Amino acid sequence: MIRTPAGRAMLLLYRRDLLLAFRRREQLLQPVVFFVMITTLFPLALSPELTQLRQIAGGVLWVAALLAALLALEGLFRADQEDGTLEQLLLAGQPLGLLAIARTGAHWTITGLPLVLVSPVLALALGVPAGALWTLSISLALGTGILSSLGSVGAALTVGVRRGGVLLSLLVLPLLMPALIFGARAVDMAIRGDAARGPLLLLAAMCVLALTLAPLATAAALRISAE
Amino acid sequence: MDWTWFHKLASPPHFYRIAGRLAPGLGWPALVLILAGLYGGLVFAPADFQQGDGFRILYVHAPSAWLSMFIYAMMAIAAGIGLIWRMKLAHAVAIAAAPIGAWFTFLALATGSLWGKPMWGTWWVWDARLTSELILLFLYLGFLALHASIDDTQRADRAAAVLALVGIVNLPIIHYSVYWWNTLHQGSTITKLGRPSITLDMLWPLLVMLVGFTLFFGAVLTRRVQAEVLRRERNAAWLRAELAR
Amino acid sequence: MSAGGFLAMGGYAAYVWPAFGLTLAVMLWNVHAARRAHERAREDALRRLPDREPGA
Repeated sequence: MIRTPAGRAMLLLYRRDLLLAFRRREQLLQPVVFFVMITTLFPLALSPELTQLRQIAGGVLWVAALLAALLALEGLFRADQEDGTLEQLLLAGQPLGLLAIARTGAHWTITGLPLVLVSPVLALALGVPAGALWTLSISLALGTGILSSLGSVGAALTVGVRRGGVLLSLLVLPLLMPALIFGARAVDMAIRGDAARGPLLLLAAMCVLALTLAPLATAAALRISAE
Repeated sequence: MDWTWFHKLASPPHFYRIAGRLAPGLGWPALVLILAGLYGGLVFAPADFQQGDGFRILYVHAPSAWLSMFIYAMMAIAAGIGLIWRMKLAHAVAIAAAPIGAWFTFLALATGSLWGKPMWGTWWVWDARLTSELILLFLYLGFLALHASIDDTQRADRAAAVLALVGIVNLPIIHYSVYWWNTLHQGSTITKLGRPSITLDMLWPLLVMLVGFTLFFGAVLTRRVQAEVLRRERNAAWLRAELAR
Repeated sequence: MSAGGFLAMGGYAAYVWPAFGLTLAVMLWNVHAARRAHERAREDALRRLPDREPGA
């Protein structure tokens, strides 16, 4: 048997996931629409005053983005489990952790990245000054990365569970709270015109930690779920 | 080093037999210590010069907060042992510890709130300690919910164990980020809670209570693990022999 | 110290006693729940024992 090199296997899985996602474009749009909707609720609920909205913009954008990215997490391994692809992945003889990284990366590309791209527009609508937009985008890119990697552990653990969506948020959201603290804080500091380097670096450190450790947990969880 | 005692303890039949004696052996000393701690804390210890008698809530708040964290760490270690060495008893310990830990986390929150009312003037303050206890409660509930939602016991054990390990890695990060967040947003608030100038006759009841609560946990845990073992091994031959006696 | 003074807890009675009472209640509940779980598991296991001789 000729074994595909692990790097190539990762790339193949990543491309397959993107291909499948782009075949179902309406599902691809759902998190982005959700993100826009939630953000729209806040001016309606609070006030149209941009000065007021600016004060809470960091927190609002971060919470809305996390919830939107969480939305697509539930199905991360479900389709694969139902049609037997998951068992094939387990039997493929490839390091499962690396495959988990590929899957996590695909999830981030499909949900995290669009949210990052849309966020500046929404931020401007909430009165965020243009100078803070970079900080917002970088913090959200790191934050959704953390969500994708930690979330894949939760998705792998709940893959066989009926109505696992609520359970998944219960498992994943407490783990995301540190990311929320630093991310929203970084955006808030940037909006006030302060340097947001500190919290951004801490966020990046957390992202690196999550990217290195979470795939191992995801692999273990997938093996358990497939038992 | 001779490890046979460990393997013996880890075997369900042996554990079940000694647990019947272990639970009261932990429970009665726990009762004595807690009663002594109550007397020391409520009667013997002088009132705090700043907080008056209100500081006495410390004697139930601090042991609860200690247990809430101790139990989570113990649960994660047990889960890890169960996962790595495929030890059935370790999984039973982890799942038996979780509800007790959740209750003590709830107690730490509730007594913290009761303490906060006279000290801060409100029932709830987003204080770093209370907030991390709240997140810890979510972690416990997630562990219990995940275990309950998977029907197959072995799979549920192993899945919940992975979650507990992910949780224990995250716990320090959560703890420090919450403290960082708190100092930034509430730097001006005087955190009187938990930092009374403590004297020796205030301290010993606290230590007695800490030990008493921990022994209490040991006793309740032993009973719960016994119940878990019974549930898991109900078809095993040794159990039939044990029960038929 | 008088009993009334002790119960008043220097004006903090409304916070101190509920805190201790709640702790006591939760601890008692834990003992009760653990015992009940043990009893139930035991009864359930006994019920699964192979049928004994009638009248035994």
